[in-house]
Amino acid sequence: MKYVDEFRDPEKAKTLLAEINALAAKLHAGMDRPLQIMEVCGGHTHAIFRYGIESMLPDAIELIHGPGCPVCVLPMGRVDDCVALAEIPNVIFTTFGDAMRVPGSKKSLLQAKSEGCDVRMVYSPLDALKLAKENPDKEVVFFALGFETTMPSTAMTVLQAEREGVRNFSLFCNHITIIPTVKAILDSPELTLDGFLGPGHVSMVIGNASYNFIAEQYGKPLVVAGFEPLDVLHAIWMVLKQLDEKRSVVENQYSRVVPEDGNAVALDAIGRVFELRGFFEWRGLGSIDHSGVRMRDAYALYDAERKFSVKSIKIADPKSCQCGEVLKGVIKPWECKVFGGACTPETPLGALMVSSEGACAAYYQYGDVEKIHTKRAEMLKTGTLS
Amino acid sequence: MNVVQLHKTPRRMGHVNVPKVTMAHGGGGKAMRDLIDDVFISAFDNETLATMEDQARFRLADLAAYGDRLAMTTDSYVIHPLKFPGGDIGKLAVCGTVNDLAVGGAVPLYLSCAVIIEEGIEVELLREIARSMARTAREAGVMFVTGDTKVVDRGACDKLFINTTGIGVIREGINLGADRVKLGDAFLVNGLLGDHGAAILNARGDMKLATPLESDCAALHGLIADLLAAAPGTRFIRDATRGGIATVLNEVADASQIGVEIHEDKTPLRDEVRGFCEILGLDPLYLANEGKLVTAVPAAQADAALAAMRNHALGREAAIIGHATDGRPGRVVMHTVFGGRRIVDMLVGEQLPRIC
Repeated sequence: MKYVDEFRDPEKAKTLLAEINALAAKLHAGMDRPLQIMEVCGGHTHAIFRYGIESMLPDAIELIHGPGCPVCVLPMGRVDDCVALAEIPNVIFTTFGDAMRVPGSKKSLLQAKSEGCDVRMVYSPLDALKLAKENPDKEVVFFALGFETTMPSTAMTVLQAEREGVRNFSLFCNHITIIPTVKAILDSPELTLDGFLGPGHVSMVIGNASYNFIAEQYGKPLVVAGFEPLDVLHAIWMVLKQLDEKRSVVENQYSRVVPEDGNAVALDAIGRVFELRGFFEWRGLGSIDHSGVRMRDAYALYDAERKFSVKSIKIADPKSCQCGEVLKGVIKPWECKVFGGACTPETPLGALMVSSEGACAAYYQYGDVEKIHTKRAEMLKTGTLS
Repeated sequence: MNVVQLHKTPRRMGHVNVPKVTMAHGGGGKAMRDLIDDVFISAFDNETLATMEDQARFRLADLAAYGDRLAMTTDSYVIHPLKFPGGDIGKLAVCGTVNDLAVGGAVPLYLSCAVIIEEGIEVELLREIARSMARTAREAGVMFVTGDTKVVDRGACDKLFINTTGIGVIREGINLGADRVKLGDAFLVNGLLGDHGAAILNARGDMKLATPLESDCAALHGLIADLLAAAPGTRFIRDATRGGIATVLNEVADASQIGVEIHEDKTPLRDEVRGFCEILGLDPLYLANEGKLVTAVPAAQADAALAAMRNHALGREAAIIGHATDGRPGRVVMHTVFGGRRIVDMLVGEQLPRIC
């Protein structure tokens, strides 16, 4: 298939891997831990597992699966808000598919639907707007979720609703922004990361300059990467190359999609509709300043939080759940005390077990189970896991 | 056919004169009789059904001519939309049950047809679906011998639910089972995977992709007969419906306590299905099929099995996709096109499209 198979060519992968192996061996000499590279974006996590990329990399490289799965970092209280909105009579609550299964403190949207709430899966906020036009006597709420990747489409939809005078449509805005979160991770005292794979689709919107502080102030290489397996390997090679040459700059591996300055039209739409919140709660990471957006006063009519006075009760993460440490790369998913026991994809405790982009679900679904079992057994024996 | 004929006097067939089904058609009176006659009896057109007795009757001696064991299966069909590219709920209800018999090595012979109808459905649509069932049954060489009709209030079911139960006979010497796969056995599929799942998702209309995707809905008993003749040592056959081949492979790996290794580059997929999955973030290994099977045969018979399937119209794209190994029992591992390897696990729920 054109534009796909070229980026999955095993021969090219072999060439890249040979270079990665050589560079990793050289860089790892004298280190007492593996080189740690964080992929910030959940899309990369998915690709890494789907194509078995971890199984191809040398032991000297460890991939840390970052906070870039918007479904995973959604706090439980916000899911409760979604359910509360869906339970309002006359509301059609619309959402992307993979948010349906995220557990709230009492139930998920999937459970709410089974109890009679009108919850519908859509592929685009425009589908939700269409539903609103088709059902003028109903209130249609769209669960707006995601980083800068999905922000422009929801902003554009609100602008279109305004243009068309649609009044029975609103957003429950849970959009989050990646930069403050990466900064929070970099400021974490436990941090040992050596470099980053930057999020390709976010960068397509915001451009590459926003990451400069990572390279300049924190001295970590960052390579904006595409989502095909060769993209990921290529970007890992580029990070290693920088480390080898003792450079730390922002580089763009995904130049076929990501323009240096981002997308001006998209940024303009975001700026018109949204403004930064003072802080936003992240599952596993806690409250991070300026990490979320809300709707500007001019669009209050389209803001479900104001229209339906959403309660937004803060629910603490389960104590046993170590999602935060996994998100920061302090522990691997299978080092969490509840991984595979109390927390499985059937009954997820932590959000990382919910979406297929979540690091824990990805390990559980695609991971090298033999390796995980052996490591867990070792840790139980040495007492590092109880 | 060998069904006991009760009496041969033809009776006058009823006819429905209104465009839509009402609760009256489920009341047990003349209106119900008219609906059954008009829609089902006239389409299925056989004397056993026309007698309207409460049960079908079979001569044991006639059944015994086909083999030494009876096989029986049942399946309920609930699908939205009722008609889709490549088939409809009626065709599905025949092929699905015929296949469930055939993958056990049985010759499919008789079907029941029980329908639950939501009031308000167009009678003409019912007729069309019943004709589709009759046509598919005729082609598959099976006969409808008993049935039931219920009409429920609007909202109590989604337009039309169909249940079919099938009876077939297994020939002496055929012993297929998910627990019989041995180390080294080859796994084969009979063609391009995921067509049905992708076609149905697309037909639901959310994406409105203009593609020629069609359901692969087909009765596989003929192909299976050819396969068993060419590879008499065949260990196991299962049709890869809901959950796709990933689910079947996990079931067999667990039941036989073997490892299964498959190769992504040997897994036959249509470009349209690949593209569809790329757009929605779905994994084609989990997409439903309605005319595809997974089989395990001893390595020495793999080529013969492959050739037999490729000689059949429903197996032109058949392929050997992997082998039973001494890897971790119960685990399915895929070697990716890219050169990596990953676990192919059972799905927890249904696949949901990813956000971005």
